[in-house]
Amino acid sequence: MKDTLQENNPRKAWMSLLAKAPEGRAATLLDGAITRPAFTWLRAPEIGSTMVRARAGATGAPFNLGEMTVTRCALTLDTGEVGHAYIQGRRKEDAETAALIDALMQTAMSQTMRTSVLEPLEAEMTTARAARAAKAAATKVDFFTMVRGED
Amino acid sequence: MYVAVKGGERAIENAHAWLAEERRGNKDIAELGIAQIREQLSLAVNRVMAEGSLYDPDLAALAIKQARGDLIEAIFLIRAYRTTLPRFGASEPVDTGAMACDRRISATFKDLPGGQVLGPTFDYTHRLLDFKLAADGEVPDAPARAAETGDVPHVTGFLNREGLIEEARHDDTPPRDLTREPLEMPADRPLRLQALTRADEGFTLGLAYSTQRGYGRNHAFVGELRIGAVPVEMDIPELGFAIEIGEVTLTECETVNQFTGSKTEPPQFTRGYGLVFGQTERKAISMALVDRALRWEELGEDNVGAPAQDAEFVLYHADNIQATGFLEHIKLPHYVDFQSELELVRKLRREAGVDQVQEAAE
Repeated sequence: MKDTLQENNPRKAWMSLLAKAPEGRAATLLDGAITRPAFTWLRAPEIGSTMVRARAGATGAPFNLGEMTVTRCALTLDTGEVGHAYIQGRRKEDAETAALIDALMQTAMSQTMRTSVLEPLEAEMTTARAARAAKAAATKVDFFTMVRGED
Repeated sequence: MYVAVKGGERAIENAHAWLAEERRGNKDIAELGIAQIREQLSLAVNRVMAEGSLYDPDLAALAIKQARGDLIEAIFLIRAYRTTLPRFGASEPVDTGAMACDRRISATFKDLPGGQVLGPTFDYTHRLLDFKLAADGEVPDAPARAAETGDVPHVTGFLNREGLIEEARHDDTPPRDLTREPLEMPADRPLRLQALTRADEGFTLGLAYSTQRGYGRNHAFVGELRIGAVPVEMDIPELGFAIEIGEVTLTECETVNQFTGSKTEPPQFTRGYGLVFGQTERKAISMALVDRALRWEELGEDNVGAPAQDAEFVLYHADNIQATGFLEHIKLPHYVDFQSELELVRKLRREAGVDQVQEAAE
């Protein structure tokens, strides 16, 4: 299922990162870096669902696993760039922030966005993920064989 | 005949007001917050998401609060809310092979790549009440250890290399969706899996247990059980490519089942599959056993008449919201129905001469 575009599609990477960011975190980073530019809604934030699919036996025929809540929106900057957001949960403010960052990434602000928002966000999420993986690793069983007393 | 009856409004309003008061309980006790339910009753939240068929921990926590902890009532609230949401689309099938595993165990292989990772499990606890939890106390951080990087391959993949286990062949047929069309028989495996993953945990557990006790025995081993987060990717039409729109925690169980071969299939291990929202391992194992039992026909096995082999019986009775809706409606007013039943019994008694016999006795 890995999309071959992922490596050479940076927009996919940042949109995916923003979709999974903890509540309010991208907004804090954005507002710490810049004053938000004016924009116009193309599609005001809207809450809906996505049907999550999986495969029978992990690799076989697809089936419908159940839905998840999703918020989406689209906006345009006064300079014309269009930003989209599709993010997990019912989070209209976070969707607005994500779409704004998506639009700003297409402007001369992209480097600021990268260093002030995306990179810190990614680092924090990587740290959180690593902390969880380390706790899991601590519960890994180290089997050893007892010496048999056969003498 | 339908007769409109009025007069219950005030009683109903007052009943609901009292419900709200009872829900709150003793006001000297601090009120429970949604975040507390989400964080501290997370397995209840997971069950409500799984059977409510909507992944949203905050909504599930709200539903549990509103339902006073009645999980089937909470699932009902989630199902009702779900129907109000516009659907933006369907995701790509999630890749459970790329799961960030909190837990990953195999009952069939001791030494497997990636190892046996116990995770935050109740297993090996002594099931003794812990009175320390009744007192406030800080919980120390769990120990950590450097984690190995790299994918954690599925156990069934190892057996596959020897051809000892049936393959789950890649297929891209769009699945039927029981939330969009009525559940009709015959139900193919994808439709059965959709019904089972949102099925009542107790019902699924009971059926799975029945197969272990001999009603359609298929001798299951837990080949692998894993719990963890997987990203969800969806194609965005206005962009022309797919992005990750979030991440869900899932429990996956793959059973490895003894199989001596049939008219159509060689002797090999067969598989049952369970995949459920959240950390829900009892349900995922149960689902895998019932999935395997329902596969008797495609594997050329005999139908021994076991309940777990009967797809119609299983799938039409597994949904606790359908079941509770029909069951509980019989407590609502049926005055007119019952009036006609009364008339009928009186008439039958007259015809049978019962009343005359009694009169004569008097």
